[in-house]
Amino acid sequence: MNLQTKYLGKLLKSPIVVSASPLSENIDNIKRMEDAGASAIVLYSLFEEQIRLEQIELEHTTTIGAEAYAESLSFFPQAYEYRLGPEEYLEHIHKSKQAVKIPIIASLNGSTNGGWINYAKKMEQAGADAIECNIYYIPTDLNLKGEEVEQTYIDIVKSVKKAVTIPVAVKLSPYFSNMANMAKRLDDAGADALVLFNRFYQPDIDLGQREVVPNILLSHSSAMRLPMRWIAILKGKIKADLAATSGIHTGEDVIKMLMVGANVAMVCSVLLKNGIVHIKTIENQMKSWMEEHEYNSVEEMIGSMSQVKVSDPSSFERAQYMKAITKYKLGY
Amino acid sequence: MSDKVYVTIDGNEAAAYVAYRVNEVCAIYPITPSSNMGEYADEWAAKGIKNIWGVVPTVVEMQSEAGAAGAVHGSLQAGALTTTFTASQGLLLKIPNMFKIAGELTPSVFNISARSIATHALSIFGDHSDVMAARTTGFAMLSAASIQEVMDFELIAQASTLESRIPFIMFFDGFRTSHEVSKIELISDEIMRQMIDQELVIAHRKRALNPDRPVLRGTAQNPDVFFQNRETINPFYDKCPDIVQKTMDKFASLTGRQYQLFQYVGHPEADRIIILMASGCETAHETVEYLNENGENVGVLKVRLFRPFDIKRFMQAIPSTVKAISVLDRTKEPGATGEPLYLDVINALMEGLNNGYGNLKSMPKVIGGRYGLSSKEFTPSMVKAVFDNLKSEKPKHHFTVGIKDDVTFTSLDFDPNFNIEPDNVIRAMFYGLGSDGTVSANKNSIKIIGENTDNFAQGYFVYDSKKAGAVTISHLRFGPKPIRSTYLITHANFIACHQTVFLEKYDMLKDLVDGGTFLINAPWKPEEVWDNLPRTTQQRILDKKAKVYVIDAQKVAEDSGMGRRINTVMQVCFFAISNVLPREEAIEKIKDSIKKTYFRKGEEIVRMNLMAVDNTLDNLFEVPIPDKITAKFDIRPPVPDYAPEFVKNVLGEIIAGRGDNLPVSAFPKDGTFPTATARYEKRNIALEIPVWVPELCIQCGKCAIVCPHATIRIKSYDAKYLEGAPPTFKYMDTKEKDWIGEKYTIQIAPEDCTGCGVCVEACPAKDKKDASRKALNMYPQVPLREIEAKNWEFFLSIPDKDVTEIKVNNIRQQQLQLPLFEFSGACAGCGETPYVKLMSQLFGDRAIIANATGCSSIYGGNLPTTPWTVNKEGRGPAWSNSLFEDTAEFGLGFRLAIDKQKDLAILLLKKLASQLGESLVDALINAEQKTEAGIKEQRKRVELLRERLNEINSEDAITLSEIADYLVRKSVWILGGDGWAYDIGFGGLDHVLALGKDVNMLVLDTEVYSNTGGQTSKATPLSAIAKFSAGGKPTRKKDLGLMAMTYGNVYVASVAMGAKDDHTLKAFLEAEAYEGPSIIIAYSHCIAHGIDMTQPLKYQKALVDSGQWLLYRYHPERLKMGENPLILDSKAPKLPVSEYLNMETRFKMLTKIRPDAAKEFFRQAQEDVENRFKYYQYLAERRIQ
Repeated sequence: MNLQTKYLGKLLKSPIVVSASPLSENIDNIKRMEDAGASAIVLYSLFEEQIRLEQIELEHTTTIGAEAYAESLSFFPQAYEYRLGPEEYLEHIHKSKQAVKIPIIASLNGSTNGGWINYAKKMEQAGADAIECNIYYIPTDLNLKGEEVEQTYIDIVKSVKKAVTIPVAVKLSPYFSNMANMAKRLDDAGADALVLFNRFYQPDIDLGQREVVPNILLSHSSAMRLPMRWIAILKGKIKADLAATSGIHTGEDVIKMLMVGANVAMVCSVLLKNGIVHIKTIENQMKSWMEEHEYNSVEEMIGSMSQVKVSDPSSFERAQYMKAITKYKLGY
Repeated sequence: MSDKVYVTIDGNEAAAYVAYRVNEVCAIYPITPSSNMGEYADEWAAKGIKNIWGVVPTVVEMQSEAGAAGAVHGSLQAGALTTTFTASQGLLLKIPNMFKIAGELTPSVFNISARSIATHALSIFGDHSDVMAARTTGFAMLSAASIQEVMDFELIAQASTLESRIPFIMFFDGFRTSHEVSKIELISDEIMRQMIDQELVIAHRKRALNPDRPVLRGTAQNPDVFFQNRETINPFYDKCPDIVQKTMDKFASLTGRQYQLFQYVGHPEADRIIILMASGCETAHETVEYLNENGENVGVLKVRLFRPFDIKRFMQAIPSTVKAISVLDRTKEPGATGEPLYLDVINALMEGLNNGYGNLKSMPKVIGGRYGLSSKEFTPSMVKAVFDNLKSEKPKHHFTVGIKDDVTFTSLDFDPNFNIEPDNVIRAMFYGLGSDGTVSANKNSIKIIGENTDNFAQGYFVYDSKKAGAVTISHLRFGPKPIRSTYLITHANFIACHQTVFLEKYDMLKDLVDGGTFLINAPWKPEEVWDNLPRTTQQRILDKKAKVYVIDAQKVAEDSGMGRRINTVMQVCFFAISNVLPREEAIEKIKDSIKKTYFRKGEEIVRMNLMAVDNTLDNLFEVPIPDKITAKFDIRPPVPDYAPEFVKNVLGEIIAGRGDNLPVSAFPKDGTFPTATARYEKRNIALEIPVWVPELCIQCGKCAIVCPHATIRIKSYDAKYLEGAPPTFKYMDTKEKDWIGEKYTIQIAPEDCTGCGVCVEACPAKDKKDASRKALNMYPQVPLREIEAKNWEFFLSIPDKDVTEIKVNNIRQQQLQLPLFEFSGACAGCGETPYVKLMSQLFGDRAIIANATGCSSIYGGNLPTTPWTVNKEGRGPAWSNSLFEDTAEFGLGFRLAIDKQKDLAILLLKKLASQLGESLVDALINAEQKTEAGIKEQRKRVELLRERLNEINSEDAITLSEIADYLVRKSVWILGGDGWAYDIGFGGLDHVLALGKDVNMLVLDTEVYSNTGGQTSKATPLSAIAKFSAGGKPTRKKDLGLMAMTYGNVYVASVAMGAKDDHTLKAFLEAEAYEGPSIIIAYSHCIAHGIDMTQPLKYQKALVDSGQWLLYRYHPERLKMGENPLILDSKAPKLPVSEYLNMETRFKMLTKIRPDAAKEFFRQAQEDVENRFKYYQYLAERRIQ
């Protein structure tokens, strides 16, 4: 049985890729991912803004109260080498590359144009096989127009593409007026793959303290419906590869994604819940299904149920949702 | 620029630079102003910098200077080249070992930034009282006058000690030299290698204790031989001066800088000379040259090698024409016939003349004088006064200079306007706030000029006596020749006011020269500036025809992302206006320097600073100066008119910066000062203050208990007291059920508040309709100042609730107790002071406090004012600071004395019982005094007792009346930080606990030496970065509480107010009520932790939630009742320790410096926390038989 698939110009041994998560902060975990059968790993994201904020925080907290009172003109020893930039991340790329044979995809979240370019170049130099641009941007300015937001995405992709020679994937949120048009524009801008979709951490409320608190929710399977629809719609209409992410927990989930057109399916929450070794389970589930249904390769599966290849293409369109419910009710 | 290497560094760095390179072991302990030397050594070692033999020296911090001296002695005996750095009391603690080290002829150099020894008061500033106290140890003593000399003499001392085998004290003036930044020529490692004779190093090693060639050293000797044996060392001392001079000559051949043991500067045929040591030599040198150019015949003899004193060379250095000599000592020896240098000079002249040394034909007139104690200014004017005194027919003998002595009339008059500063020296003064980066910007400017031009540069920085809202005054000089002016600037070409608030506080322009420049940072347009200046300032601008510039630096800084750090902006303004360098070149150099300075801190910091540079010049404007005064206000008086006379006339003058002008008669003779004085020092340092919203308030008292400065107060009172309240005075109905029907007010002291915001963090009451609004919210202080000041005044007029009506175990009620510790100079948001204040509320009216040296003694007892205060009966804490190391013992002494006087009172009561009434006597002796009500009753009985005693005419009655107050229970408190409790004072603390007496110890545990700038203590947790643990502390925190519990009869509590305030309150009440020794270990967040000081409570919560700090109480009385004495008040850790550690920079930094070590330390920390919790759980759950 041939599980091979192509993604970002690489031939991968299977379509199961580990998406960006804290699991990849540890080199041992990265080795275990490869051992469990991951075909590529997207490293945790490097956040430019976090680097900036950490620099400001360190400057503030180590200088507050200094040079004010004669006995205590400073409170910290002078460190000669802070690792306040992306050094640690870059080293991590390097170590990951040394630790495993599978492709290592660096994930970048920039906050300035310069940051995107600069860090992307450094990631390439550090040995990353590809870069996933994790464009995490929530516009809150009431005067900012949708087209300006879209242009920002396009500009980032163009800049990064220009800066590096390795493939560039773009991880997107679904919040565009016309997702299909946005995908096309990103495709035109040179994106080598689109990763659908980014899940934002949604804040929660602590009722006791009446405070907003960060709350990390792991995905569940229902979350895969959204990317599945859009992959189905986009497959065959753009050049870029498609990667599915969000809610992929079982072998069957992976197969569904491949069928609608994903080149790879990315897993994360399920590994946080069940452990890295669960990659093997997913792969086995896939194989069983393929065996049962007499599929010999992943390749033949990919896109076999994309919008253009299903008998009723409109079933992937929005209006059909209402009908689905109607059917559901009638069937009861 | 020549090919020599110049650096701009301070004296401490100059000393440490050489000491580090020519030694193998440094044993140290922090003490101001020498701490930086050890810190430099530690940082270099952490960085792996090697000494001249290619080895990284070992730097070890000990538990005290005595410990450091012991380690030095041992290391020397075992053959390593070993040094240490210290000052003041630290040097005194080393003296016993110094006698040994010298007695055993062991080469070493002790580096001393000379500092006053505490007498009537502690002082961190410079004089020679410490080194003079060590002059009998047998150490050679070499004194350096300038930063260059410090570096040079360090090497000369090291070379000389190896050859002479006599250990050296190499000293220089604390602060004036240790902290002055100056451009000097660096000594290369190559020159150091040439100066240090390898054979002598080998000889030192050969003398080491070594089991391969064993010897015995350190015998005990008897009357038969000790004396003779002691005299064997004489030849070494005889040779020492020759060796030092020979070494100086060799040094000159390598560097071109020639020194003499006694260096004469001045007219070759001088009739009058001054003899002195250290930094004063520079001023004297400069003044002598000026006076000689103006027709006088004077000179100065700089004493370099004070011990061993070489009489022959001394005599040879004095011109034959000298008729009169003034010997200046920077120390005071009360009762002596003169100070040490004076006595030595007298003796040397006598012996020298008798032996025919030198050129003098007869004994000149010799006058002794004192100057410069505790860094008192020593100026050209004073030097001139000394020469003038020598000229007079009846010169004043044993004079003082620099002060006005109107009691014993020792002082010489001097002309404060006498100025010798040359025109080619640019002199600039900068008034800044500690937090705005002024000093660091100025240090940077000195580097830019010193290291990029041929100019010489000097910087000296005057700091505040407060930690919060501290004012800094920078004094910078730039000129074409080496700068010898070791005194503050009084004729400045340029003065900058970096904070608008200073305009109403200080007469900054008094020091401006005619035609000088004044730069103001203010949010005003150029045409608005004039009307915002006080009358005095306007007058001075007109009189001096000054140019005035304005910049809104705050705005530029904020626009550049730099918040309140206006340093770079103001630096650019200085260069742009002062023309020290061509403007374009200056900007270029500033940018280069920013890149160099900040690259370690990240690209973002560099970017922000560069942006600030670019944004500055467009916002810098010259101010149009009208031709008349328009001001409607003037500089505010330092204290209000209603302040007591002493506060107005003495403390107020100190506040105003005119303390130097106060005469001797103004001061108490024995160091005794009144309390209750901080209330008069209205500092107005808060940018924002809390505003109370009564309709949201739930009256929990949490805002008041956490307030570090006692500026947020609560009263519940009868409505009748509202009569005459200002219309803006806020109140509401009291909710506390015991006081229903009363009115309730939370009032802020607007002029005393530091604006830290901790009360807002603590406030749990949120607006139901707007969660961002609490019952306390911060608003700008300026518009509220006058209104709230009136409200505060009115609030104070409402009577405090009677203590017997307050349930002290309930915070809601307890916080109505009057704080007897208010408005301290501690950092904004301080974590220690809420505990101190709580103690003062609960027990202050009968407390006597022994306070260890450290932050708490500084914010508690540093002049001008003290936060310790009194209640309406005039009762309040009696406070004293003895030393750093002896506080437990000092406090124990209080207890012994109190008990003894109480015993005597009881004895006399019994003796006089028949006259006083048996029932009164019985009640007085057996009174219940564990509650406020009990104390109040006892006080009434004492009053009654006094009334009855007045009717008895006997010596016993008079004595009893005098000591009757001791019948009221006194509360002895021993306060100090972790440096005291865990390290230097631990031996005493342990002993006092063991004695079982009724004392209460409060350990303000910041887990680091906070006052001296963040050095590691044994309370520092695993992985924390602190000075002397630059790579993260590799060992865990000492468990002081557990050690104390082993005695069984000690009450022990571990508390963290920010995590659980009612637990803290309970512990304080139990500790004090327990009639035996108690120790409360109180977690105190600190500015040295690298945290957001506006929200410190969240760190304490995380600290306790993670189990990194345990809350518990060990009560011996429970044991008597058959219960387990330990109550573990912490729940099982629920937050991963790493989450807590990553919140504080002291831990998080490690992940940015040594990520791998951080991971391992954090893992270890988690394991430690779990194990410790289990152990405490086991102890707390044990069945007690």
